[in-house]
Amino acid sequence: MRLPKFEYFEPKTLEAALNLLTQNGNNAHLLAGGTDVLVKMRNGRLKPKAVIGLQGIENLNGIHFDSGKGLTIGATAKLAEVASHPDVLKHYPALAQAAQVMANVQVRNMGTIAGNLCNAAPSAENAPPLMAMGAEVAVANLQGDRRIALDQFFRGPGLTAMEHGEIMTSIFVPFPVPKSGASYKRVSARCGVDIAAVCVSAWVALDGEVCKDSKIVLGAVAPTPIRAVGAESFMREQTWTQELIETAAALAVQESKPISDVRASADYRKKMVAVLTLRALEQAYERAIKN
Amino acid sequence: MKHHINFTVNGDDYSLAVDPWRTLNELLREDLNLTGTKLGCGTGDCGACTVMVDGRTVSSCLTLAVSINGKSVTTVEGLAPSGEELHPIQEAFIKTGAIQCGFCTAGMELSALHLLNNNPEPTEKEIRSGLSGNLCRCTGYNQIVEAISVAAEQIRDSEPEKEER
Repeated sequence: MRLPKFEYFEPKTLEAALNLLTQNGNNAHLLAGGTDVLVKMRNGRLKPKAVIGLQGIENLNGIHFDSGKGLTIGATAKLAEVASHPDVLKHYPALAQAAQVMANVQVRNMGTIAGNLCNAAPSAENAPPLMAMGAEVAVANLQGDRRIALDQFFRGPGLTAMEHGEIMTSIFVPFPVPKSGASYKRVSARCGVDIAAVCVSAWVALDGEVCKDSKIVLGAVAPTPIRAVGAESFMREQTWTQELIETAAALAVQESKPISDVRASADYRKKMVAVLTLRALEQAYERAIKN
Repeated sequence: MKHHINFTVNGDDYSLAVDPWRTLNELLREDLNLTGTKLGCGTGDCGACTVMVDGRTVSSCLTLAVSINGKSVTTVEGLAPSGEELHPIQEAFIKTGAIQCGFCTAGMELSALHLLNNNPEPTEKEIRSGLSGNLCRCTGYNQIVEAISVAAEQIRDSEPEKEER
C-alpha cells in the first residue's frame, strides 16, 4: 500500500521544471493534483525515480476570462475552482458541469483539468465539452511553446500528442460565438462519483433555425474521446428539426466503437450514445437560441 | 533525500523532515500520532482519510506530505480542540445515531464541515452530493444526512449569539 521511493522536486519556475524533466528523462513524472499519478504509483503501474510537483510554479494555477477572446485555465487550477468559477458557469456551462460531476468533492479539490487530459483516459470527463467548444492546449518545452488543438491531442489510451520533455501549461477555450451553445451528458452506474460509462458533448451554432455548424464528441466509446464527424457534417446547413437530430444521433452511434468492460457492455454503450447525443443536441440548441 | 517542511495541524506549528514518498496520511497517523484520520482504500474513493488543507477537503492518502509545506491542516482532532466540548457536527452525529463502527466518521465530519463552510443551508440533495466522496458501510447514510442537517441548523442558530458577544 505504500508508495515506492522517489526523489521529489518542487520547482518555482516553468523553466526549472522543464530542465528537471529533460535531465531526468524517462525516469521523471509530473505531478499536478496527484489523484491519478499517486494511485498508479501505489499499485505499481508507474515507477518514476523523480517526481516533479507543479503546484509551486507561480502563475500556473490561474483561471482567466477575457470577454470576446476566451477562457484560459492554468494547468494547476483545481477542478473545483473551474466548476465554481463565475465566468465558467456563465459562458461555459457544459465545462462547469463536466468538472462538477466528475469523481467526488475531495478529488475535485485536488485534481486538475490538465491532469485529466494528460492522463488521456478514454473516459476523460473534461475532454468532450472542451473538444466540442474548440479548445486548444498550450504546451511548453525548452525550445519554446506550442499549441495543440484538443481534437488532435489524444492518440490512444494514456497516449497524447505531447512529447517527453513537455509540460502542459494551460487550456484555452474560445469565447462562444453568438447563437452557439454547448452541453454535456453522461451516464454511469452510480450517479457522479463513478467514471462515466458513456459521455457526450454537443456544440451547435445557429442562424435562425438553420444549424450553421455542429460538433459532437463521444467519450468512453473508443480508445480516445472522438468527434462524430459524419453526424456533424450531416447537420451542417440543415434546418433544425427533431428528425435532423434523431438522424444525427443514429449516425453518431455508427461512429462509436465501444468495448464491453466492467462499466458497461458495448451494446448498452451504443444505445446510450443515441440517447445522450439526442439529449446533448437538444440542450445545446436550447442554450444556443438564448445566447 | 528528506525534505524540510513547516506546516500547522489544528493550529499547532510543526517543523520536520520527511521522505518525499510519504503521504500526509502516514505523517499524521505515524509521526504526529493523530490517528483520528483513518486509512481506507488508499485510492481516493472511500473518504476515510479526508482532512482539510487550507480550508478544502482532500484525501490525505493521495497527498504527499512534502506538498503541505507552508499549509494549514485540519483533522478531526481539530474539531474539538478542548477534548471536552464537541463541535456541533459531532454533537449532531451522536444525537441522530450517525455513528456505528466509526471508521468513516472522521472523514464524514470533515466533509460535513467543508460543506457547511461553503453552504450553511444545504438541501438534502446538496448534503448527499457533499458526501459523495465518503463511503459508510454501516448506517445507510440516512442518519448521517440527518446529522448534517441538524448541525447546519445548530450552527445557524448559534451564530447571532456569537455576534452579540
